[in-house]
Amino acid sequence: MNAQMPVLIVVVPLLSAFAIAAAGWFNRRLCMPTAAAALGVATLCTLGLLLRVIQDGEVVYRLGGWAAPWGIVYRVDFLNAPVLVLVAAIALVNLVATSRIVVEEFPGKEGAFYALYVLFVTGLLGMVVTGDAFNLYVLLEIASITGYALIAMGRGRAVLASLNYVFMGTIGACFYLLGIGYLYIMTGSLNMTDIASFLPPLYSSKAVITAFIIIMVGVWLKMALFPLHGWLPNAYTYAPSSVSSLVAPLMTKVMVYVMIRIILTVFTPAFTFRALGLNQAVVWLAVAAIFMGSLMALAQRNLKRMLTYILIAEVGYMVGGAWLGNRAGLTGAVLHILNDGLMTFCLFLAAGNILYRVRGLNMEDLRGLFRKMPFTMGGFVIGALSIIGVPPTCGFFSKWYLILGGIQAGHYGFVVALLFSSLVNLILFFRIIEVGYFEPHSEHRHEGQDHAPSMEEAPVGMVVSLLIVASGLILAGLYAGDIVQRVVNLAIPESIV
Amino acid sequence: MSDFFSHLVARYNYWIYITLMMIGLYAMIAKNNLVKKIIGMNIFQTAIILFYISIGAKKGATIPIISHGSGHEAHVVKAADYINPLPHVLMLTAIVVAVATLGVALALAVQVYRQYKTLEEDEILQKIRES
Amino acid sequence: MKTIALIIVIITGSFLLYATVDFPSWGDPQSPASTHVSPRYIERTLEETSVPNVVTAVLADYRGFDTLFETTVIFAAGVACFFLLRAFGKERPATGLYRHLLTGVTVRIKGSAGLPDDMEEFERIDTLWTPYDPIVKVMCQRLIPFIQLFALYVIAHGHHSPGGGFQGGVILGASLILLSISHNFRIALRRMGERLDALLCALGVAIYAGTGALCLLLGANFLDYSALAGILHVDPVTARSHGILIVEIGVGIAVMATMVLIYNNLASAGKFDEGL
Repeated sequence: MNAQMPVLIVVVPLLSAFAIAAAGWFNRRLCMPTAAAALGVATLCTLGLLLRVIQDGEVVYRLGGWAAPWGIVYRVDFLNAPVLVLVAAIALVNLVATSRIVVEEFPGKEGAFYALYVLFVTGLLGMVVTGDAFNLYVLLEIASITGYALIAMGRGRAVLASLNYVFMGTIGACFYLLGIGYLYIMTGSLNMTDIASFLPPLYSSKAVITAFIIIMVGVWLKMALFPLHGWLPNAYTYAPSSVSSLVAPLMTKVMVYVMIRIILTVFTPAFTFRALGLNQAVVWLAVAAIFMGSLMALAQRNLKRMLTYILIAEVGYMVGGAWLGNRAGLTGAVLHILNDGLMTFCLFLAAGNILYRVRGLNMEDLRGLFRKMPFTMGGFVIGALSIIGVPPTCGFFSKWYLILGGIQAGHYGFVVALLFSSLVNLILFFRIIEVGYFEPHSEHRHEGQDHAPSMEEAPVGMVVSLLIVASGLILAGLYAGDIVQRVVNLAIPESIV
Repeated sequence: MSDFFSHLVARYNYWIYITLMMIGLYAMIAKNNLVKKIIGMNIFQTAIILFYISIGAKKGATIPIISHGSGHEAHVVKAADYINPLPHVLMLTAIVVAVATLGVALALAVQVYRQYKTLEEDEILQKIRES
Repeated sequence: MKTIALIIVIITGSFLLYATVDFPSWGDPQSPASTHVSPRYIERTLEETSVPNVVTAVLADYRGFDTLFETTVIFAAGVACFFLLRAFGKERPATGLYRHLLTGVTVRIKGSAGLPDDMEEFERIDTLWTPYDPIVKVMCQRLIPFIQLFALYVIAHGHHSPGGGFQGGVILGASLILLSISHNFRIALRRMGERLDALLCALGVAIYAGTGALCLLLGANFLDYSALAGILHVDPVTARSHGILIVEIGVGIAVMATMVLIYNNLASAGKFDEGL
């Protein structure tokens, strides 16, 4: 079974989705355990695969037994193995954490919800693991379609936001598809490494350059890079909290992974960073994204909405880091995919916990929260420290590499943007901590009393999951050196210095 | 100039797909009605399908179904006789994806209508601002 | 907005046109697309899978994994429509329309109580769709069996002629939707209930994925149908052909059920009471 691990990652959740959809019509209580079991198996497989990659290097799996350019292959290397672990683990923890909310939010539709949930995760895992450019498109659409449906079930403007996301997402995915078509017409192949072997003589071809740019624009649309970010804040703010803590950390990160994969594997660094000559422009775009995201986050009064703008700034971090084109920058970008996935997951999970008890996420709803929900806010603070980039947490290390990359590339605008964004995050989170810690609880304010409100934590499962993720942030920080040395460093081709 | 025209004639399939695609894109950005936007989205996707299918064409070739009557075991199949099957396979996938996206988009439009009682985007935004 | 849209469209369009300069001419047999990967499909499909229709072979075997997810996309869309729209609870429209079958007289009853559904002399009709057209009804009634038979032919004959699971499944689904349109929503729902439909949806894709998983259990790679040779008692090449047929049947079931599921949810806006 060991040899089959790459495909089990995708197939086990896929098969469970059908079982869940069927179980939804007979016994809805079976849905959640089935999904948890399937994602558990998938997580174990991703961990096993990561260990195998560390031991033996790249793992290739032929689907249907057909060899590379004719059939579809799965290719697991140092770049995607850690991302796989991230996706599967976050999906599993979020599933367990939010099982209470789901029953209350979607009565009678748990079967459909969990089927879509598992399919979404399947799509993301498949996108990360695949070595075939077209296969990636199909899985991207699975993740998108399920994502649209999940997001639309939120309150208020969720449906409209989701429809807007459908339009933008479809344009993004279609641009990706079109770019793959351009590559196919020039090379006749769909396999990533096979395309890469045909491309070097074509680097100056107009069609190949166009293909690269269309693919990038498509991927940027999907990851909400400024100025293509319009759909993201509404979609993620109004999504149900069980969904936003799944979609927000994962979708953008996986798209960043796809971008790095295309830059490094399909088009070689020699093309992207030397022949094309767009580095500076894209890094400046990322700088704009960071500034814009940070400033817009400052203007928000709603915690979840603020987080979505921070997310846009974080996308700028990763895109900028990757396009610096040097080793430190790329290390920072890849490391930041992992760290930012965990960080945003932690914060959105905390926001979900708060929303469960307080029923609102505006600033005035957060008053006195430290007394009411000490553990949740503890987790929230660790997530916040990580986003700001305080040393023991993992956020510090990826930011360190990104800044180092910026300095090495001589791109001081990027360095300034990173420091500026850290400062803004500091202000943002201390404002929340101040409101939560010092201002009295809203319900007691009118009576002029200042006695401590009774503790009213979110359900145990939600709090424990949050604390696990928060401790994960510190662990990832403590072992950041190992992660970089044994995984991330090997993911970046040696031609990049 | 004649150079340009010979280029145009040899590659007219690309011109057609790009025109169609831009019509779809225009409708998606400029139209106010959500269903018109959805139709634009569908045109946009269909244009890409047309593009792929045109890649598969091969002059002097027939559809990729190999004719083999019984008793013609030694029949040699030449690739030049049949058009490229791969784009057709890929586009079967893309068609299905387009249908699926259309279904979800229409479902969302039904929900939007249920919520706001209109499908005109400016009226919806107006209602949101008022509430 | 219109000018911005026009500018974006013109820029994008001319950018895409700019790239076509380097493209091979239309129908060029020497283009990379026609010379690199595809010739092998055309030349070796027959000996490797014994399926004369190359598109079917590539679809369900060489790139069968794509097709599995393609079917999953359809499944996901069906589940998504259900998830978004389905409103449980039996609330009827404020007025009910009933037709007396013998005289053709239409009766309007106010209040949501209405007449019981199983009355023999009266037939409930939709509030938005009142005309009674026996010609359409009878014609569709006669046609639907033949449409379905043709759909089964398209699925079964996908190996030798254009067709296969998707096409056949859509025709099959269309026949059921036709029933719903020509008669009414409730009659079609009685023929194929919601739960059965949803289960068929999952079953169809599960047949596909299950076939792949079965290959995996038999020791081969996922979707490597040649592993089925032992079970089917045929040689590995014929096993591939049979494997393709099995998954095409799964695809047909899934596509049919999902088409009906999407239609039902959209047409009745999730209430499952009155259709278009």
